[in-house]
Amino acid sequence: MQQLYQQVILDHSKSRSGEGELSSPHGESFQVNPTCGDECTVQVAVEDNRLSHFAWSGRGCSISQASLSLMYEMVDGEPLDRAEHLGETFRELIHNRGQELNPEKMEQLEDLSAFTGVGRYSARVKCALLGWMALRDALVQAQRTTSGPGQAPETQA
Amino acid sequence: MNDLLELASDFPLLSRTVRGGKPLVYLDTGATSQKPESVLNAERTFNQTHNAAVHRGAHQIAEEATEAFEAARSAVAEFVGVSFGEIVWTKNATEALNLVAHGFLNATLERGGSEASRFRLTSGDEIVVTELEHHANLVPWQELAAKTGAKLRWIPVTEDGRLDLEQLDVITERTRVVAFTHASNVTGAITDVPRIVERAREVGAFTVLDACQSAAHLPVDLHELGVDFAAFSGHKMLGPTGVGALYGRQELLEALPPFLTGGSMVEVVTMEETTFMPPPQRFEAGTQMVAQTVGLHAAVDYLSAVGMRQLSAHEDHLARLMLEGVAGVPGVRVLGPTSAEDRLAVVAFDVPGVHPHDVGQILDDQGIAVRVGHHCAQPAHRAFGVHASTRASAGVYTTPAEIEAFIDGLHRVVKFFA
Repeated sequence: MQQLYQQVILDHSKSRSGEGELSSPHGESFQVNPTCGDECTVQVAVEDNRLSHFAWSGRGCSISQASLSLMYEMVDGEPLDRAEHLGETFRELIHNRGQELNPEKMEQLEDLSAFTGVGRYSARVKCALLGWMALRDALVQAQRTTSGPGQAPETQA
Repeated sequence: MNDLLELASDFPLLSRTVRGGKPLVYLDTGATSQKPESVLNAERTFNQTHNAAVHRGAHQIAEEATEAFEAARSAVAEFVGVSFGEIVWTKNATEALNLVAHGFLNATLERGGSEASRFRLTSGDEIVVTELEHHANLVPWQELAAKTGAKLRWIPVTEDGRLDLEQLDVITERTRVVAFTHASNVTGAITDVPRIVERAREVGAFTVLDACQSAAHLPVDLHELGVDFAAFSGHKMLGPTGVGALYGRQELLEALPPFLTGGSMVEVVTMEETTFMPPPQRFEAGTQMVAQTVGLHAAVDYLSAVGMRQLSAHEDHLARLMLEGVAGVPGVRVLGPTSAEDRLAVVAFDVPGVHPHDVGQILDDQGIAVRVGHHCAQPAHRAFGVHASTRASAGVYTTPAEIEAFIDGLHRVVKFFA
């Protein structure tokens, strides 16, 4: 069990980073896991091809909450292509049936590598990926809406 | 305790191990039951020696298959205390409940002739359900209300997870249908069916009972309960998946328009129109799930041989052990009655600060299979102020030692996430 519930996951599920709401996000996505009713909302603002502001809210199991919390720490303020690339690598890890990816990818994932064991439990794959699905969806929206000038949104924790 | 049964060895699956050699403790019978060897054998024997399409064909095995199919109907009818022609095969209880709701809808659309007019709904009519319903006995009625303009109302749930029968005045002269569960799949509470039936009869409303959770755990006599329609699923009562049944009072089935249409349920078909068979065939369109009905026959034979009173006493004992055990785990809140009276051995609970998915995962690691999530009853969970819960549910094969393993496991969950 310790393999699944790594300390970093337990820590992030209890003390979460990035929870809040943006006043005028460029993109927003609500995702729900119908099997357990878990849900999350991810909001993003983009500026100069960077994810300038990021906030999330939601409820769910330790895996889904820790995944959102770590996602915030990894992508907030990052260039869009890096955030998207990180999402792809994380998805690859979670679908890898509990096996690590190559060392280069594991290094890119940093603390997200703690989720390696989740891939062993097919029922938990969606938990780990729920927030990342929301991020991908919110970014698509943001890129659509930010062709014109927008105001810089502010975070309200 | 001489109430207790020792039947696990009749169920082959229960001897397997999980998660690296741990003995399986199966406490998810509320979702689906395991099947005794006699059920597995009955299906296999049917397929090996009698398999044919029923009610057609002039050959010997077609006759044998038809006899087996109708013998199963007879056995199931007897098991729930009704007549042979009052049992309609469906693929599960969900389909049975949809069949009734669509019967009302089709009558409202003026199908089924004048005898179906008793099922027509208009915008002044009301349909009453309950806050404890499984989605299968809620969503079809929401849909029916939306399509006919009838209004949906409901009986609320009390703090201890029972239907609030002080609020029976939601059933009024406007009520045409009262659809309710015999036993909640979340709280385990057993409904006082005669009281609701009495109120429904006073106002001339039809009653529809979801007997999914009760049929395998209590003696059920549908004629004695006095409901108009009832639904149950084979796989929750030691039978196969893919077969369920609808009970309908004979005169009502005769008047109800069909739901699924096509082969097997027709008399004369022209290019313009079709006349339909009498019930139950009117409601059994297409090639039927014959082997599964034969399996369900074996399942009700098994349950009858055990004896439903004996079985119910066994599960009562298990319910007490579960409730006592859960009460001893710090902080855990039972969603439902905390005493075993009028209650099944179905115990849903909340571990504050620990998500049910995580509770289930730690139990699974110890070989203990429970259900996590909303158990297809989101409104019931909302009434308790939670989105999801963990549920342990016992069956005829469950032993006190398994309940003990579950309680030990639950203590471990609380420690792990402390």
